[in-house]
Amino acid sequence: MTQLSINVHHVTRIEGHGNIIVNAKDGKIEEIKWEIPESPRFFEAMLRGRNYEDVTWLSPRICGICSIAHATASIQATEAAFGIKPSEQSMLLRKLLYHAETLQSHVLHLYFLVAPDFLGADSVIPLAATQKEVVLRALRLKKLANDLADLICGRKTHPLSCVVGGFVKIPEAQQLKTMQQKLIEATKDLKKTVELFKGLKIPNFVRETEYIALKDSQEYAFISGDIASTDTGAAPVTDYLSITNEFCVPHSTAKFTKHKRDSYMVGALARFNNNYAQLSPQAQKAAQELGLKAVCHNPYMINVAQLVESIHSLEESLKLIDRILARGLKEERPEVKVKAGRGIGAVEAPRGILFHDYTYDDKGILTQANCIIPTNQNHNNIQKDMEALVPQIINKSQEEITHMLEMLVRAYDPCVSCSTHFLEVKFI
Amino acid sequence: MKPKVAFFDFTSCEGCQLEVLNFGEELVELLAQIDIVNFREVRSRRADNYEIAFIDGAITTESDMERIKKVREQAKVLVAMGACACLGGVNCLKNFLPMEENLRIVYGDCARYYNTIPARPVSSVVPVDCYLPGCPMNRYEFLKLAKALLLGKKPELLNYPVCVECKLAGNICAFDKAETCLGPVTRAGCNAICVTSGRHCWGCRGLVDEPNINSEKEILQKHGLTIQDILEKYRHFNGYLIEAGGGPTQHHSLSGEGQLERRPSPPLPLSGEGREVSK
Repeated sequence: MTQLSINVHHVTRIEGHGNIIVNAKDGKIEEIKWEIPESPRFFEAMLRGRNYEDVTWLSPRICGICSIAHATASIQATEAAFGIKPSEQSMLLRKLLYHAETLQSHVLHLYFLVAPDFLGADSVIPLAATQKEVVLRALRLKKLANDLADLICGRKTHPLSCVVGGFVKIPEAQQLKTMQQKLIEATKDLKKTVELFKGLKIPNFVRETEYIALKDSQEYAFISGDIASTDTGAAPVTDYLSITNEFCVPHSTAKFTKHKRDSYMVGALARFNNNYAQLSPQAQKAAQELGLKAVCHNPYMINVAQLVESIHSLEESLKLIDRILARGLKEERPEVKVKAGRGIGAVEAPRGILFHDYTYDDKGILTQANCIIPTNQNHNNIQKDMEALVPQIINKSQEEITHMLEMLVRAYDPCVSCSTHFLEVKFI
Repeated sequence: MKPKVAFFDFTSCEGCQLEVLNFGEELVELLAQIDIVNFREVRSRRADNYEIAFIDGAITTESDMERIKKVREQAKVLVAMGACACLGGVNCLKNFLPMEENLRIVYGDCARYYNTIPARPVSSVVPVDCYLPGCPMNRYEFLKLAKALLLGKKPELLNYPVCVECKLAGNICAFDKAETCLGPVTRAGCNAICVTSGRHCWGCRGLVDEPNINSEKEILQKHGLTIQDILEKYRHFNGYLIEAGGGPTQHHSLSGEGQLERRPSPPLPLSGEGREVSK
């Protein structure tokens, strides 16, 4: 009789806390569970009764990695509620800032959290001695993305200058020019990253699922557009609740979601699968070289999609800086007139589509918040992937199965502390 | 022997741990000086033979309480990292609502699944040796603290208000822009980054040791503000203190003798003779 008993208590190299539990006897699976024991933080309750400025100040603190995504969703939800349209300059700066976060988050995930699995190390720490060039490249790329964010909003983690209505401080033209040069130099670091990932053996596991992401007819969407599904096409952002359909499960402080199938996926691969034709030329070329083709049903390829998006973000940043400089930067004072109403902000956080839905009273005080986090939407897909994967690899050793499952979870780049921060507001 | 270092996350956004990874090449230099034995966010191998523990996050569950006590038993030096660990931070906002209400708002009819207790800073459960204040912590202050510990010295925090740094930065006073700013009573060390970036101070670094309350009252009066306005702002990061009956008028110290915390006795156990600090 062979007994398989996997209990990975707090998977490492992911953001937040998650456990993998698998039990099988003589090849018969008894239990497969992706468990979320993260402490809940009650942000939705905490935001109630606070004015819009405090709301948009607190929201980034849901997540240290994607604080710019939360800030942007929060600001855009508030603008939608008040009926504010930011200036063209503000939108260009917002997009540039967004690319900075996407790049830094993807680089962090690819080099610090994923690459060690492929390079036979338990973390980036021993690699600092054995593969110093790789680690220095990762740090260079990450610092560059951080510096870009610092330049636009004062600080990468918990941004400062981006506010409801626009920006309270803007960079100088010369600073943007210098940054542009640095970004151009960094393209060779990203090319080397492509070379590195070409050499890695990515597990071949396929499970068809639904992919959901923002879609904008004008560009590869990050902060605008409708909600697109590979199964059902596009729907307006205001319909988000009919897409997410959250539900509670006892083994998780994060809620799970489903749409047309048992589960759906959001994030880099979902964006790629919906919007690949709008990627920048270099990003499309990299996708080809790395063997990523839409629609791709292998969740381990999320990492490849992240790399392709990193290249896209860098190329787009160069173009955005050109446009901002050509228009000429000018100081603007964001004007905010509060009014009662409800607004929804939908953005593509590095890990997938993120919704902030706020209701304000006529004094600009928040009365209700409902936010749905990308990782919440992926938890159920991770669970279903595990259920499909384990029977395929049940004859491997316990160590190999554990490793494959950990890599699967890591591929999703879960942001667990996010996913338990904001959950659906339901009045009973 | 390199000192063995561990990082632990409690209830937080994990942004302070990420700040550690936000260094450029300095990170490689730092890694050569210390031996990180436990850092779940970036490392699979985990050991419990650490000497220095960095704590990210506030204490918000019964299991957090047990876990932080175990870390305290092992660590020779325990560092609270960021506003959540130092002050309770934004997590304490939930303490102002009844817990059943929080659960109902967030989880609705599933509320019965979840356990939570009022959020609190690390120092309210176990003694803390050093503090790295801020939301997020300032990573250069982290580097300064790491250097001090490696040299066996007690790290020190600045003990003057943010206003000093703000003036040096040449900023227009946020009060003059009709904003409610906590700079006059908040501990410096952030280079007044929020005001420099066009905002005002929210007090994320906690109170300076001896805040000049009279001067603060004068400023408030001049701008038509009340203590209530300040408390409302102050609550974002310092809610635990307000709950404890404190507030900006009550002394709360991160570097001196505080009223709300049990203090360990210096000097730090990493200092002293016979200890080899790797060069």
